[in-house]
Amino acid sequence: MPKRADIRSVLVIGSGPIVIGQACEFDYSGTQACRVLRDEGIRVVLVNSNPATIMTDPEFADATYVEPITPEVVEAIIAKERPDAVLATLGGQTALNCAMALHERGVLERYNAPLIGANVDAIRLGEDREAFKGVVARCGAESARSVVAHTMDECLAAAQTLGYPLVVRPSFTMGGLGSGFAYDEPDLRRIAGAGLQASPTTEVLLEESILGWKEYELEVMRDHADNVVVVCSIENLDPMGVHTGDSITVAPALTLTDREYQRLRDIGIAVIREVGVDTGGCNIQFAVNPVDGRVIVIEMNPRVSRSSALASKATGFPIAKIAARMAIGYTLDEVPNDITEQTPASFEPTLDYVVVKVPRFAFEKFPQADPTLTTTMKSVGEAMSIGRSFTEALQKALRSMERSGSSFHWLPTSQTAQEALTQSRRPTDGRIVSVQQALRLGATVEQVHEATGIDPWFLDQIERINAIAAELTSAPQLGPAQLRLAKRHGFSDAQLAQLRGMPEAVVRGVRHALGIRPVYKTVDTCAAEFAARTPYHYSSYDEETEVSPREKPAVLILGSGPNRIGQGVEFDYSCVHASFALRDAGYDTVMVNCNPETVSTDYDTSSRLYFEPLTLEDVLEVYYAECQAGPVAGVIVQLGGQTPLGLAAALKSEGLPVVGTSPEAIHLAEDRGAFGHVLAKAHLPAPQHGTAFSIDEALDVAHRIGYPVLVRPSYVLGGRGMVIVYDDASLRTYVEKATDASPEHPILVDRFLDDAIEIDIDALFDGEELYVGGIMEHIEEAGIHSGDSACTLPPATLGAFELARVREATRKLAEGIGVRGLMNVQFALAQDVLYVLEANPRASRTVPFVAKATGVPLAKAAARVMMGASIASLRAEGLLPATGDGGVMPAHAPMSVKEAVLPFARFRTQEGTVVDSLLGPEMRSTGEVMGIDADFGVAFAKSQLAAYGGLPTEGAVFVSMANRDKRAMIFPVKRLVDLGFRIYATTGTAEVLRRHGIEAEAVRKITERAEGASTEGMTSSIVELIAARRVQMVVNSPSGALSRSDGYAIRTATTGADLPIITTVQQLGAAVIGIEALRGGPLRVTSLQDHARDLDLYGRGTARS
Amino acid sequence: MVARGPAALVLEDGRIFTGSSYGMVGETFGEAVFATGMTGYQETLTDPSYHRQVVVMTAPHIGNTGWNREDDESARIWVSGFVVRDPALRPSSWRATGSLEDELVRQGVVGVCEIDTRALTRHLRDRGAMRVGLFSGPAATAGPEALVERVRRSPQMAGSALAAEVSTTSAYVVPAVGERRYVVAALDLGIKAMTPALMAQRGIEVHVLPATATFADIVAVQPDGVFFSNGPGDPATADREVGVLREVLAAGIPFFGICFGNQLLGRALGFGTYKLTYGHRGINQPVLDKATGKVEVTAHNHGFAVDAPRTGDAATDFGTARVSHICLNDDVVEGLELRDASGAVRAFSVQYHPEAAAGPHDASYLFDRFVDLLAQSCAVPS
Repeated sequence: MPKRADIRSVLVIGSGPIVIGQACEFDYSGTQACRVLRDEGIRVVLVNSNPATIMTDPEFADATYVEPITPEVVEAIIAKERPDAVLATLGGQTALNCAMALHERGVLERYNAPLIGANVDAIRLGEDREAFKGVVARCGAESARSVVAHTMDECLAAAQTLGYPLVVRPSFTMGGLGSGFAYDEPDLRRIAGAGLQASPTTEVLLEESILGWKEYELEVMRDHADNVVVVCSIENLDPMGVHTGDSITVAPALTLTDREYQRLRDIGIAVIREVGVDTGGCNIQFAVNPVDGRVIVIEMNPRVSRSSALASKATGFPIAKIAARMAIGYTLDEVPNDITEQTPASFEPTLDYVVVKVPRFAFEKFPQADPTLTTTMKSVGEAMSIGRSFTEALQKALRSMERSGSSFHWLPTSQTAQEALTQSRRPTDGRIVSVQQALRLGATVEQVHEATGIDPWFLDQIERINAIAAELTSAPQLGPAQLRLAKRHGFSDAQLAQLRGMPEAVVRGVRHALGIRPVYKTVDTCAAEFAARTPYHYSSYDEETEVSPREKPAVLILGSGPNRIGQGVEFDYSCVHASFALRDAGYDTVMVNCNPETVSTDYDTSSRLYFEPLTLEDVLEVYYAECQAGPVAGVIVQLGGQTPLGLAAALKSEGLPVVGTSPEAIHLAEDRGAFGHVLAKAHLPAPQHGTAFSIDEALDVAHRIGYPVLVRPSYVLGGRGMVIVYDDASLRTYVEKATDASPEHPILVDRFLDDAIEIDIDALFDGEELYVGGIMEHIEEAGIHSGDSACTLPPATLGAFELARVREATRKLAEGIGVRGLMNVQFALAQDVLYVLEANPRASRTVPFVAKATGVPLAKAAARVMMGASIASLRAEGLLPATGDGGVMPAHAPMSVKEAVLPFARFRTQEGTVVDSLLGPEMRSTGEVMGIDADFGVAFAKSQLAAYGGLPTEGAVFVSMANRDKRAMIFPVKRLVDLGFRIYATTGTAEVLRRHGIEAEAVRKITERAEGASTEGMTSSIVELIAARRVQMVVNSPSGALSRSDGYAIRTATTGADLPIITTVQQLGAAVIGIEALRGGPLRVTSLQDHARDLDLYGRGTARS
Repeated sequence: MVARGPAALVLEDGRIFTGSSYGMVGETFGEAVFATGMTGYQETLTDPSYHRQVVVMTAPHIGNTGWNREDDESARIWVSGFVVRDPALRPSSWRATGSLEDELVRQGVVGVCEIDTRALTRHLRDRGAMRVGLFSGPAATAGPEALVERVRRSPQMAGSALAAEVSTTSAYVVPAVGERRYVVAALDLGIKAMTPALMAQRGIEVHVLPATATFADIVAVQPDGVFFSNGPGDPATADREVGVLREVLAAGIPFFGICFGNQLLGRALGFGTYKLTYGHRGINQPVLDKATGKVEVTAHNHGFAVDAPRTGDAATDFGTARVSHICLNDDVVEGLELRDASGAVRAFSVQYHPEAAAGPHDASYLFDRFVDLLAQSCAVPS
């Protein structure tokens, strides 16, 4: 059946900011959907608050709304754009939830814009646990058995039928209070007894335990003619009990016979039909009892998901792209398979390789958080690898983590097998290495299986890796046979170097001398049954390579690897743009990356894709293979963040043509001493600072420049290990920890500037001309990591004089360093002195935000400059504006606010409380949103709405300010009272407010109660007030060591209650302006295309008069 | 780890892959074909249609779930050789009773492992199925020219009549599950166990007859319908069976055929058959049912196909025939149906495997269709 004729315009709902559990896989799926729909001649209207995405680039939709994804705002967009249909199945749970809310408000019906893909009933059946159990039963399959009990006798009877262990879940308690595992009757009596008491309805749910069962997922596609295919099966190496997003997973499933696999397939297909997903992708999860094969259906998602992005990359079958085609009426057999071009999409991909995905965690950013892996997802990113065997793929995936200790090792250890076995019992980040160590130290496969539940087949493969390592260690010399064997099983040169006690370069030299190099195979959906037209490659130590010769000069673009805090989708954005721009300019682009969630690893993005780890060895081999294929014009390392930048010097010394800013210039910017000379030559001041290699040196520096000081290891991204310290003791503690973190590099100690305005600039330099992409003013004062602080573009309070100084200083730095391409500089303006905090000669996190706020494709221009184009020529060809730049915005320019999104609510301490939400110099946000509107207030309010649900417009506010902030708080708090808010405050803050005629009700701190202070007339403590949500917003600036515990309790309670929290006085000012703006009437929506037209930086005469 | 000696895979066009011995040490010859299923090696190995073929598995890990007592499609392994990239060391399945490699050794199947199976597959895809020899142990020590020469002297697949070699020698009955509703005579040309099992589940008593059965033998079981199974070999050599089938059709007995049975129906109706370059062997093949417009994902294992017009009706000696199913990958004929003068279907067949095993169950409705055909036929007094 051909495309539906009644759909001429579609609203695509995106997924909003990157958060844990919902990351850039939805940029990948959304971008695909937008491309497909536009190819089909459909007008695409897009809403997504996340500026860092490719999908929100103005060229991917006809009308792009970077606006909060709330029912009110989306309704305004629907009212304005009047789409014929709404597609919400490609934007994660956010889009699905928004679609359901729109339905419940009658919006979809009122504007006659029905959902396509999954309908309302299907979404509900997928979400409602009880209803879904019915679906499963009607499909002849099983859900986990459960019984509701109201008395202990009923509990005991239930245990008879369900068997131990049992999960006990009291009904209607907060946050799963009173839940637990009962392994025997005494356990059950204890847990269920307490549970019955805790439950307001004296009710507990008893459920059979499926902990430790094998876990599988199927990715299923359906079209409206009821054709169904299973795109991919995924097996979790970590058994049930660890969230699939936190598990190491493998595709295809490797430990099922055909009978068992077909049973899962039959159930999966029956469920998608029964749920009634009209068209599109679905994901269904199963647990399989390893003892008898009993199958339990866990859940299904009637939308594309993280797993479907993984499945798309793992198979070459682009689920989101095809789902979009299905949504507008095509059937699977009408859509060609992109990769073969000859065969249709109505088939099931078959793999002749193994795919392994490993999650990337960020527990080092949240030291208080409990790192045990549970059914709540905690990872922030993932890497995928492809190999011709499980061992090869697993070892590649582990080294893709780019984290010391993530790969298997055979170093001397004092650990015993028993210790390693005990360690591997608890699922944590890196458990796989404990498993490998346990096996290496003599534990049997049976013992490790008993301890971890990991299938013996996988353990056996790890044991095989250990056996090969042992063979290599004991071999008299590293001969070709051993080398080949090791490489076939995924050993890196670095691992071989470790095993043989020789430098990695020597191993590589020997290997190359023996002619042992990887070949590159193709992901082709069909195990070579048909010829592949798409050069999507992976390395393997096998016989025949499939890289074809080419004529055009190629540019290698190194991506950014697994997402992590500090290195996320923003860098992928720049890599993708470089690829687009350079393809347009006549190059073949070759992308190297290992992150399956991204647009850069879509086989459509670049001329060629190598799905490979971003280590020196792997990049050198890709380069070698491409040199065999044709001319290579350059290697781009500046766009993927610190990962490729860290390889720059080594790549250059191996003779690779690193383009753009040279590795020597990068060193000038990153080495504190060298950078000091650049600054001195340019007569630019920096905060006083020093470099220390030891504790004593660090103390000397601190005494010389005075506290507070900002300390950090050199060469880091995302402020890793960066803190502000106020005294010798904390400096000592820090240096001890930090030197551990980064042994090769010294510690930097900087004077910390209190009360400074922080300014960020993204600029492009070609050696002659400086093009300022944009200048951003931070809302928080200096000291909060730039990735975590909100900022505005154009700068909200800076004048022309300051902007000119920023531009001039940036130009001097660009010249002094020798930048060719992008540079980001951070300044601090304090007492009218413009200090240079740091300069990074690479794409920054703010490049996509700047591009969206100014309507200029900065990353594209950067890629061209790196390949030798001048800014003047880019102006002439119209890629950049003919005159002027983003540094001088016209007076009518809209205000764009970038706000960070933080994951605090996701993490719990071992005791079960939320971790602290205080911002600092170490970056901890996972994503960002953008609010854009005519003035700052509305733009800020939109950013808050998009980031966490928004500022209150009425109610009560709790205020507790540090002494240094008390003066500055008077006016904003007064304004809140004028707007009708009630104020609660701590005693000290309340007193100051009262002296200024502001009524504030004093509430007791926790410490006041503990110390028995007079708390007469104060009925509740702050924490109780917050937990009961009797306040709508919390303002708390940290006030030093004294009431740290209070501050912590207040912030965690606020995070727990999901209320807005403001921790700086600058944020408070912005919030008050935002609240006023919100009270000014409903939010208006404007597309980026309209903003750009009104702004008219290109001088096309479209500006608003 | 298993100690493995060197082994060679030698193709008749002279290409040689060196790997390690796998299964029985020795030598074997056959037609090299690749199978793309990621599951179901046990079913594949025991499928009689693979008789005299050396099967190359494209999935890299084989043997993970070991060998069990339930999944055999016949009483023995039929492939003449087995080629895998990475054999499992330890089987892991609650149903496993032993390892795959032990079973290969027990049944004397020579294999080769640790070769670039993808390179081999691409070679076969580009140049077509061809003869191959696997050599391990002392057999592998001969020079390459000698090995190639030996491969070139081994028998060809085209022109081979093999059904009799794999068929049962004596008739047997698979009783209906529950009430017996119909009796079917099934000619075993290499039948897979799942086929009579699925018929039996639908109330059919299946009389499995040797490939040498005559029309008289068929009539003797007083069948409501006749079934011709899958099987190895070139359909052009099966004139005797085609003759029997023509008698069945002339007698107006309802007919259902699978795979080889489909090719024989084609020939009985006057169509030709031909050898595909490299065949269809996998469990992911999209087939269009032309009557409903629906696509089913199906199990395939065929090196030959029927040459019939893709559209329109063709007049035959027994009524009007048309192509009912086609493979969407390459437009190969995947099913035929024969209608009588009243327009009612009298006989049908498919080139692929609705019995699956291994493979998806999408096409199992064809067994229901057969039951419907039997029901209609029984309702009409003959």
